Amino acid sequence: MTTTLDPELEQLVYERPDSLVDCATHYCPGCTHGVAHRLIAEVIDEMGIREKTIGVASVGCSVFAYNYFNFDFVQAPHGRAPAMATGVKRVLPDRFVITYQGDGDMASIGMAEVVHAAARGENICVFFINNANYGMTGGQMAPTTLPGQKTSSSPSGRDIETQGYPIRAAELLATLDGASYVVRRSLHDPKNIRLAKKAIRTAFEVQARGLGFSMVEMLSICPTNWGMTPLQSLQWLEEKMVPYYALNDFKVHPAVAEIRI
Amino acid sequence: MARELWKGNEAIAEAAVRAGCQAYFGYPITPQTELLEYMSRRMPELGRAFVQAESELGAVNMVYGAACTGVRVMSSSSSPGVSLMMEGISYIAGTEVPAVLVDVMRGGPGLGNIAPAQADYNQIVHGGGHGDYYPIVLAPASVQEAVDLTVLAFDLAEKYRSVTVVLLDGSLGQMMEPAEMPPMQPLKKEFPAWATRGAENRERRMLSSIYLNPPDQEVTNLRLLRRWKEVEANEVRFKTYYLEDAEYVVMGFGSAGRVALSAVRAARAEGIKVGLLRPITVSPFPVQAVDAAVRQCKAGLVVEMNAGQMLEDVLRVNNNRIPFEFFARMGGIVPFPDEILAEIRRLAQGKASLEGHPRDRWLERVAAQA
Amino acid sequence: MPPKGRIEVNELLCKGCELCVGACPQKVIALDMDRITPKGYHPASLISDGCTGCGICAVVCPEAAITVFRETIKVRANQ
Repeated sequence: MTTTLDPELEQLVYERPDSLVDCATHYCPGCTHGVAHRLIAEVIDEMGIREKTIGVASVGCSVFAYNYFNFDFVQAPHGRAPAMATGVKRVLPDRFVITYQGDGDMASIGMAEVVHAAARGENICVFFINNANYGMTGGQMAPTTLPGQKTSSSPSGRDIETQGYPIRAAELLATLDGASYVVRRSLHDPKNIRLAKKAIRTAFEVQARGLGFSMVEMLSICPTNWGMTPLQSLQWLEEKMVPYYALNDFKVHPAVAEIRI
Repeated sequence: MARELWKGNEAIAEAAVRAGCQAYFGYPITPQTELLEYMSRRMPELGRAFVQAESELGAVNMVYGAACTGVRVMSSSSSPGVSLMMEGISYIAGTEVPAVLVDVMRGGPGLGNIAPAQADYNQIVHGGGHGDYYPIVLAPASVQEAVDLTVLAFDLAEKYRSVTVVLLDGSLGQMMEPAEMPPMQPLKKEFPAWATRGAENRERRMLSSIYLNPPDQEVTNLRLLRRWKEVEANEVRFKTYYLEDAEYVVMGFGSAGRVALSAVRAARAEGIKVGLLRPITVSPFPVQAVDAAVRQCKAGLVVEMNAGQMLEDVLRVNNNRIPFEFFARMGGIVPFPDEILAEIRRLAQGKASLEGHPRDRWLERVAAQA
Repeated sequence: MPPKGRIEVNELLCKGCELCVGACPQKVIALDMDRITPKGYHPASLISDGCTGCGICAVVCPEAAITVFRETIKVRANQ
């Protein structure tokens, strides 16, 4: 059906942010990578820093992030985005430098790079998408896969006796003195999405003030590889992931706490 | 600028600074560490970027990131560390951004030792990283040449959007010699049209080595290959010594070539008409110079501090026209001039052979001596 | 009287994932089973009156495919 509004009174409430390219993504229907992309783009629009931002894409489903963001982007080898971002930021300290990484990329193959970027207090923002599996390669076990969770490489469910425990990346990075702002949010409902956006904004403000390393972990759904509809996936995230991955602020430097958004 | 006494590793570092290197990322590894240490003092005092990375993987990817901004950037390492960097080198080559790497080679494989060797030749010259790419590789034989080639490395890297490697062995890195430093160049103020520095008043840019569509990848492969043909046509460098009237030719790069020069001089004193061809660009390989030497001489000798890696490139050019012999020390041992002189005498005695492989004959001689 | 709103769904971007359907507080969005997007999905669409222009569909939309409009309340109050 078509709803019409009084053209005199019609007001734009929401439109696609300028920092997103006007093109369809390759993500599966319902994949909340798209939500995370949009939130980052909205924050960059609101801060007016599109022309001053350089993104570092990772390897995984977000390998094509550079196609979707309307600002300069470089593409890192698997796991190396924080190192590459370090190279960019050290040469261009007045630019905003961000990485966008999945859980396989950041919490497995790239653990050394992110830990040391955080330990150095590298003045970059890391946006970390945790969907509890390797999405791009078809849903294998990730460092974030929950105990008992079935994946294509843990077909009987992740056995902690032989496959170990998931890594809580935010809690781990929060132990480092160089990290200024480390939080976990979720993208499973409007309220949490709004909280995630606020955290992304805070992370950019941290970088704007030169306060050092920030990381926003976002719990995300992977309907295709989880074998569920997008709506079922949201429920699974809320019921299974949130209890294991607490939504919390794990490190907030006192100077960050003063930031008002 | 006066000649001063410089340690090889530190001389390279200062040469890089003077060439306008704006960012250095590295990781400690013997026998290259003085280069990193020198940069840790020098770069901050000039307000330039220095980071001691968490690993060579971290370092090479910091280089990759900085290279994407269009500035002059460098890293340095030694053999095992360079193996770790291979991933990043392939990505840098695939993204077509310029970067300079210094490899101060040590004994291997594996952890090996910290003594001088030349066994990274194949890894550096013939790839090492995945995919078809072609690094420019410069092989100095003295501290002065290391200084000059470091400056050249930045120019060539930029000109051809290429990975350029300065390849030397640990003895040259550790050696002290008089050298004259180049003048200090200003830092770049203008940046190429591909550099990602923020999309201010222009369309966004992306730098990546991904070409999912095979025809696009093939176009890229062809572009890299054609650019390499240009490098081959314009950038071959080598040095010859006593080659004008030579009947025998010795070939070796870096320190092996330098030690061979002492042996050639000693052989000349004995009346043997022998000359030396020392490739400076081991990639692109001086094919025409090797070919000319083969046409001119009765027999040749290749001297290396590895198991005959450059030897294969020489033999390919020789194509079985004249007999070649091979001599090497490995495991971190630098050959003595006397050892090479003995090999030159064998050439002059007509003992060089076209039968079999020079490496096999050398192994037999080594076995006979033991 | 609640504010009156409407949405426009960009059918080049919408993948019919139904996240907006599940999130809409007024339950006025559903997939339009009579339409197919160029990518082969049934797009999200308003199915009845009652949209308030709250924008929650846009908050959850992974494709940033939804544009939201609302009649300004202030001006309405002056009528």
